[in-house]
Amino acid sequence: MSTETARPTLQLSFSDKLRLWWDALARPTQWLIGVPFIVFIALLPVIRPPVLTTVGTDFGGVLAQFGMYALLAIGLNVVVGQTGLLDLGYVGFYAIGAYTVGLLTSPDSPWNLTDDWLSRDWAWLFALPIAIAITAISGLILGTPTLRLRGDYLAIVTLGFGEIVRLLADNLTNLTRGGQGLTKIAYPVAGVSESRPNGVFSAGNSTAPFNSGTWWFWVSIVFIIIVLLIVGNLERSRVGRAWVAIREDEDAAEIMGVPTFKFKLWAFIIGASIGGLSGALYAGQVQFVVPTTFNVINSMLFLCAVVLGGQGNKLGVILGAFVIVYLPNFFLGRTELFGIPIDGNEIANYKYLFFGIALVVLMIFRPQGLIPARQKLLAYGRPIYVATRKAALALNRKPAAAPAAATDAEGGAR
Amino acid sequence: MSAVMSAGQVLADGVIDFNVQSLVDNFWALTVDGLTYGSIYALVAVGYTLVYGVLRLINFAHSEIFMLGMFGQYAMLMLLGFTPRGDAYEQGTIMTVTYLLLAMIGGMIVSGGAAVGLERVAYRPLRKRGAPSLVFLITAIGASFVIQEFVHFVLPKLTNNELGGSIAQQPIRLVVPSVQFTVFGADVTNVEIVIFVAALVLAFATERFVTLTKFGRGIRAVAQDPVTATLMGVSRERVIMLTFLIGGLLAGAAAMLYTLRVPSGIIYSGGFILGIKAFSAAVLGGIGNLRGALLGGLLLGVMELYGQALFGTEWRDVVAFVVLILVLMIRPTGILGESLGRARA
Repeated sequence: MSTETARPTLQLSFSDKLRLWWDALARPTQWLIGVPFIVFIALLPVIRPPVLTTVGTDFGGVLAQFGMYALLAIGLNVVVGQTGLLDLGYVGFYAIGAYTVGLLTSPDSPWNLTDDWLSRDWAWLFALPIAIAITAISGLILGTPTLRLRGDYLAIVTLGFGEIVRLLADNLTNLTRGGQGLTKIAYPVAGVSESRPNGVFSAGNSTAPFNSGTWWFWVSIVFIIIVLLIVGNLERSRVGRAWVAIREDEDAAEIMGVPTFKFKLWAFIIGASIGGLSGALYAGQVQFVVPTTFNVINSMLFLCAVVLGGQGNKLGVILGAFVIVYLPNFFLGRTELFGIPIDGNEIANYKYLFFGIALVVLMIFRPQGLIPARQKLLAYGRPIYVATRKAALALNRKPAAAPAAATDAEGGAR
Repeated sequence: MSAVMSAGQVLADGVIDFNVQSLVDNFWALTVDGLTYGSIYALVAVGYTLVYGVLRLINFAHSEIFMLGMFGQYAMLMLLGFTPRGDAYEQGTIMTVTYLLLAMIGGMIVSGGAAVGLERVAYRPLRKRGAPSLVFLITAIGASFVIQEFVHFVLPKLTNNELGGSIAQQPIRLVVPSVQFTVFGADVTNVEIVIFVAALVLAFATERFVTLTKFGRGIRAVAQDPVTATLMGVSRERVIMLTFLIGGLLAGAAAMLYTLRVPSGIIYSGGFILGIKAFSAAVLGGIGNLRGALLGGLLLGVMELYGQALFGTEWRDVVAFVVLILVLMIRPTGILGESLGRARA
């Protein structure tokens, strides 16, 4: 399996060239290119490029949603992509994060803290770490009994967990008001001005381009960068190596002395808390939570983002999240594209059909996703990795002598 | 601090109420209804169990196969000239049974065909590549998306809005539920008898088929040891196809029985929860074990209704999940153990 799929990607594809070029750059040069690129992405909702800007929904809002999905994809990637545990109830953590913020700061909730001693201006920021902590604990509670199960059972049990969380939100009407949802959830009050009496983060701030969606997109970019730094460092540490070992062969990892259960649990908890963070952002942005937002089908959508982008590759899953969020919204409300009349709403309707077909086709023809993960030589650091990659590519130009060393450096493509 | 106090009060007030009285009062009625649902779960569970036994694969899309069966039997009834209307059709017992059988065959054809097609299109290419089980599961999820959305958006276009779409089909009722006799004060309706008996007969027939026939021996051989079975001249691919076919046929039959009990349940999203429950039933009885599927289905159906009486209707779906989690934690091999391969002729 590994040799058949690894060899074709050894051909000099465009992405390979791009990757090698990027890897060979010095760190400062990488920053020089990377920072303006991030700034450009961040300014997208302000620039509103002509064709790319969504028609049916606000572009800033779509990008804010993308930011949250990107966080979810990064978190789920830790669990599915890095550790190889199929979690189908990830939406449960998203819901717990959102509902924690909702329950702590919505006036509809009996646990509302903003009446007595917490200023509404700061309530969201106060609730954010609590939401992350509670989702982490719920990850621990779900993970402790279930992570001893075989992989395919885990998928179904986590699916059940996701559904139970939604049913709890729906049925504990004393707390969550069920289907009516929790309203007026707190948000950070900042940038108050004449035209924006409630600050820039209020859902009432709808004057494009600097509307609330744009501001929340910026907030989520900050969180994405923080989370990427944390997760990236974890991946390069002993923890990350243990995750990869578990993903590739759990029994072998256990025999080699990796405490698999412990590291699986860590992956689960870290993944869960990132999901909770995303949920808290969602609650702050929309300022309203209802159970239907957290249907289990969303878990599949998150999974689709991870698989589509490339399991195990952080940038890949962010791209996957972008595709998942942006494509349906791109077509929504569009009546023509480059002069060709289309029924955009109809196409947007079919999103699950297309994503389903994409999942099946990807799994058959390109299980590694759009941007596949490459296993780096974790133990020896970047210079050696770059050197081996160069050697591999140089050798690849003479395909007759495809050496074993090349496959080793490539090894990650499963 | 009052916020924290009120939090304590909410919990003390009883977020979830226990209603033991309701369970005690309706015990036998709940049991009868539970067995009815349970026999449907059992039939669907057989599909999960067979595929798992042979391929060690959770056929996640089996719930959608069941859902297609509901549409298949509905389409068959429409072909026979029935149209949805408020009251039930009355044609006497023999004609009703004939029509029900025809509807069941319609469901079985659609479900069986879909199951075999799913195996061909989605799973076989993966097997050829020797993909890991995670890849199979993700494919199955993708396939269930495709099937659901096909019924949701494409089927109405193909059938001039007669079938599919985002709302449930208007029910076509062939049987009026009428009480036939009582057990310990619990009414037993004709619908319940039909469902229970039909499901038992089908489950028994499947069990005999797998135990006694040459094909069944092939299935058991592959479940036990695929390599040796192949060496002994059993075609693995054919066995796998047969396994999917049997699972699909039973799901189609179960779909018809289910619509007898829940006439307004024919909707594109109607398979998901039922599929989870049937899977839970299979695990409860011991996945890979045919008798286990039957036992697990009946047990789960009954437990679910007891849970519903105890905690309230809104918690009914939680019961299956909690049972599933508990079984997997305490006895992952289920009540009867995983033994499709070990069953002897």
